[in-house]
Amino acid sequence: MLNINIVKNKWMFFVLPLVIIVAAIVTGIFAGGFALDIDFAGGTEMVIDFGKTVPKADIENLFSETLGFKASAVQQSLANENQYTIKSQNLTKEQIESVWNAYKTKYELKDEQRLAVDSVSPTIGKELTQSAVVACAIAVVLMLLYITVRFEFLSGVSAIVALAHDVLILLSGYMILRMPLNTSFIAAILTIIGYSINDTIVVFDRIRENVKFAKRGETYGDIANKSVMQTITRSINTSVTTLITIVLLYFLGVDAIKDFALALIIGLVAGTYSSIFIAAPLWIAMKKDKKQGK
Amino acid sequence: MAKSISKLVIAVLLIVLLGYIALNGLSLTSVGMPYEIYSVFDRENGIRLGFDLSGGSVIVYEAQDANPDDEQMSTVVDIMYKRLDNLGFTEATVSKQGDKRVLVEIPTITNPDEAIKVLGATAELKFVDSEGNTVLTGKNVKEAQAVYGPIDESGVSQHYVQLTLNADAQAAFFDATTRMSQKEEGQNFIAIMLDEEIYSQPRVQEPINSDTAIISGDFTAETAKNLATTIKEGQLPFKLLDIERRSAGPVLGEDALKTSILAAIIGILLVMLFMIIIYRLPGLVAAISLAAYVVLVLLVMVATKANLSLPGIAGIILSIGMAVDANVIIFERIKDELKNGKTTGAAMRAGFNRALTAVIDANITTAIAAVVLFIFGTGTIKGFALTLGIGIVVSMFTAIILTRFLLKAIFDMNLRNPALYGLSKSKKKEEEANA
Repeated sequence: MLNINIVKNKWMFFVLPLVIIVAAIVTGIFAGGFALDIDFAGGTEMVIDFGKTVPKADIENLFSETLGFKASAVQQSLANENQYTIKSQNLTKEQIESVWNAYKTKYELKDEQRLAVDSVSPTIGKELTQSAVVACAIAVVLMLLYITVRFEFLSGVSAIVALAHDVLILLSGYMILRMPLNTSFIAAILTIIGYSINDTIVVFDRIRENVKFAKRGETYGDIANKSVMQTITRSINTSVTTLITIVLLYFLGVDAIKDFALALIIGLVAGTYSSIFIAAPLWIAMKKDKKQGK
Repeated sequence: MAKSISKLVIAVLLIVLLGYIALNGLSLTSVGMPYEIYSVFDRENGIRLGFDLSGGSVIVYEAQDANPDDEQMSTVVDIMYKRLDNLGFTEATVSKQGDKRVLVEIPTITNPDEAIKVLGATAELKFVDSEGNTVLTGKNVKEAQAVYGPIDESGVSQHYVQLTLNADAQAAFFDATTRMSQKEEGQNFIAIMLDEEIYSQPRVQEPINSDTAIISGDFTAETAKNLATTIKEGQLPFKLLDIERRSAGPVLGEDALKTSILAAIIGILLVMLFMIIIYRLPGLVAAISLAAYVVLVLLVMVATKANLSLPGIAGIILSIGMAVDANVIIFERIKDELKNGKTTGAAMRAGFNRALTAVIDANITTAIAAVVLFIFGTGTIKGFALTLGIGIVVSMFTAIILTRFLLKAIFDMNLRNPALYGLSKSKKKEEEANA
């Protein structure tokens, strides 16, 4: 059986996440915070299939010639190189029509090649964040309550800290990779909350059982370490099966799914890491390494 | 022995049958029972695809009013439905979103500009005389219809909207036209305004005592019909602003759906393979359970008419990986018990019992998250929470009850060699040496 003394070396395992979070903060300072999609920042996004690859500069130039101001970004699709997404400030229906007609004429496009047009007012993003934060906060409090009843308060606190770790790492991933925050981001955070708590509970379940059947002279530290080692294969195997499907989705999926899948991959890895290296060691740190058993 | 084999065969056949039903649907009406299970591919009655998968338009309107009450918002929803019906979008749905928003989904159109204009019009109709008095409003109108025909001496036919007034309005109209007809030229008019915009400004030459009035202007057959509709269906209690407009053609959604289904199929097969390689015989059982899981999730989604959007699909594919989690926990536990020297039968019983608390606690905490998100979330988040919830409930059934049933049947077939349960011989020997 694998045997690493996780509990003894616990502070070592807190270093890696801290490095990632610090890197994200530094990126944030230099890049001016998170990249925001129109879901959060407001604006208009058009997806056009040009039927061939087109220099981005041409797309940008035609946009500013038509409307008199610049598009904020032009992106080529990862899944289909002929598809381009043009992002800009919030356009009126008339502006959308005129810029579309300009592209249509120049590149001889058909109406079907205007694949999607989204316009969102900036107020929506703020509310989206608020409602998601409120929902998450309520969920976290209820989970803490449930864990306190079924396990004990300190297990609950450790599980929630592990959860906070996963969310922070996911946020760091978005920051460092400059992935824009959008509704998929909220769905990803929610998924990770559900997944990670599941993972952590299995470890605490084993601790609960091992405390009950503790041998004479066994410390909480010994028990925690043993429990983590007993559940580590399961943690890894479950991560593997989940990662199989998500990685496939990342490679096969369309752009919108690729972002979401990448976020889930980051979150899953963080969740597995925290359930092994954060939750139980933290529990021990709070519990003080008292002797257990009679 | 024979009994166990038949149990196993029946279970597998049942899963195949359910799978067939999920894909093709089942109608019992021919045998006299009013039950119908729709195929997952049935676009109308099966799993409904969100606009990001099927194409179409989504428009969110926000009330330009500080505190609209529930009743007003319901009125808005009703009016929206009527307007959509009149525009021919019978498949469209309207729902309240939060306190001051309505969400309109129109599955068929990809350029919703015209619809946005008609739907969002407040349709506040006013007849105003030259002194600025409001003579009558849309509330006084009994009936409005689009008509084509001559309206003046020239005899040229044109499109106009004819209003039928109620008795109060008729009296008020008579009174106003009497006053106006006595005014000098240039001051003797009544303006017909819609949403503060003057549509027409007819001159009043004599008192009119009639229960009909007309709105003329630069109408086409369609705009006249739209105006008649908006007046007839009533005016909105406040202004609405379209704060979010999304439209997508069918191409992006089709691609997303196709690639996701491909990822799901390959994913399922790889997870099955992984489970069989790692856990051998129980792994095979987990693979069968996983097939049952997928079939049941599809059927439940059809039954609940769940709305499937892109994050929802990702959620389901994610849940395929997670569905075997309970199996992994149980099988690891069985392995542990085997290592501790228990017989295969005892190890299996102990494994299931001891793993059960972990599986249940873990799933309940996840379920808490799903329920909270379903209650407090909106739109996509709600849909995602629903798929997550369905996934948890179904996976608890397949991963615990079904797996146990199948594993027991296999065990009763005298397949009891620990090696079949994923315990490698070297490990077993090692344990024996330690003992």
